[in-house]
Amino acid sequence: MPNRLHLEVVTQVRRLLDLEVDEVQLPGTLGALGVLPGHTPLLTSLGIGELMYRIDHRESYLAIQWGFAEILPDRVTVLATVAETPEEIDVSQAEQDKHEAEAALKTVDMVELEKMRAKLQMAITRLQVAQHRRT
Amino acid sequence: MANTRDLRRRIRSVKGTQQITKAMKMVAAAKLRRAQVRILQARPYAETLSRVLGSLAERTEHTHPLLQQRDVRSVWLVVITSDKGLCGSFNHNLLRYAAQLLDSDRWASPQVVPIGKKAVDFFTKRAYTVAAAEPNVMSNITAAEGRRIAASLIDAFTAGEADEIWVVYNRFLSLIRHETVLARLLPVEPPAGDEATLPNIDYIYEPDAATLLGELLPRHIEVQVQTALYDSSAAEHAARMTAMDAATKNANDMIDRLTLLYNRTRQAAITKELIEIVSGAQALEE
Repeated sequence: MPNRLHLEVVTQVRRLLDLEVDEVQLPGTLGALGVLPGHTPLLTSLGIGELMYRIDHRESYLAIQWGFAEILPDRVTVLATVAETPEEIDVSQAEQDKHEAEAALKTVDMVELEKMRAKLQMAITRLQVAQHRRT
Repeated sequence: MANTRDLRRRIRSVKGTQQITKAMKMVAAAKLRRAQVRILQARPYAETLSRVLGSLAERTEHTHPLLQQRDVRSVWLVVITSDKGLCGSFNHNLLRYAAQLLDSDRWASPQVVPIGKKAVDFFTKRAYTVAAAEPNVMSNITAAEGRRIAASLIDAFTAGEADEIWVVYNRFLSLIRHETVLARLLPVEPPAGDEATLPNIDYIYEPDAATLLGELLPRHIEVQVQTALYDSSAAEHAARMTAMDAATKNANDMIDRLTLLYNRTRQAAITKELIEIVSGAQALEE
């Protein structure tokens, strides 16, 4: 049984993470899932949300938007459309997005609804992740 | 024989041109480095995606609209060139190749999707059917642009406007080499699962294999488009760099030649003047 996981997070433009971790939590489309070493092989799509990874007792977070994760007993590979570290998040932009989306949700039609929901969710996720920023 | 003033003027003008070509070469070199970094950074995503897709396609019986071969009635050809010229035969060769393809009877009634200003100009001025033009992508390629183009191609395919979509572009090989690549984008040919690299794993699929396949395939096409754009842009900068290097060298040769000619002319003029003075003095003595 492997005792650590190799976590790799890649987007279309860069490789964000490539390291050994003890635990990963992912925002699966069917709900959050936690992965410990020795997990059954799993292929899942990801929604919008926080990705948490733990090394010893240190927890770190990323904001993830859409993508896939390939989970093997000893490694987790995340392909994300958007992935941001807490330091990269523009808090004021996220808050503005949140207000815009909230305002738009009250008046919007069916086509725009999903888009605005996604925008709102991403803004909320960004704000959450940004709180884990290390000073 | 040219007089010295004209020659001096020409030398100065060639020097000016040389400075421009030298600067362009350095700019191209810097842009090439950036393009190469971009290609390298995009690679892990592309590799992982095609590995996952290969194993998924192998294990599932599900057919997906994007995988389906149809009777080919209309074909789209995506042609990727640069926005700017001054890069040697880079655009010319590719366009000639694409035009030959379109003129041949390989496809019955092909339509073109030119990307890059040079391709747009070429195809709109000739008797080709242009399905959609993208003149302003190549100068500043972003992931969002790649996604947008991929999405519009997928739409055309699923709507039945195109039964097959092909792409032709220059693939970056090295500083002095690029090759013309013709590849089919749609319907997707799933990457062959390489037995050696593919451990036989039975994944659990969440939500389920068919849904996953449906989400992975569009991503795969995005990556294909993206790769083609990045590769083409790297090849463009490499081609421009070599072209400008050659131009700088040529300018140097020309300056050398002109300087030699200038010195000869100057000396000839001095000699002539001396002869005139001497013979004038002689005439006075006699």
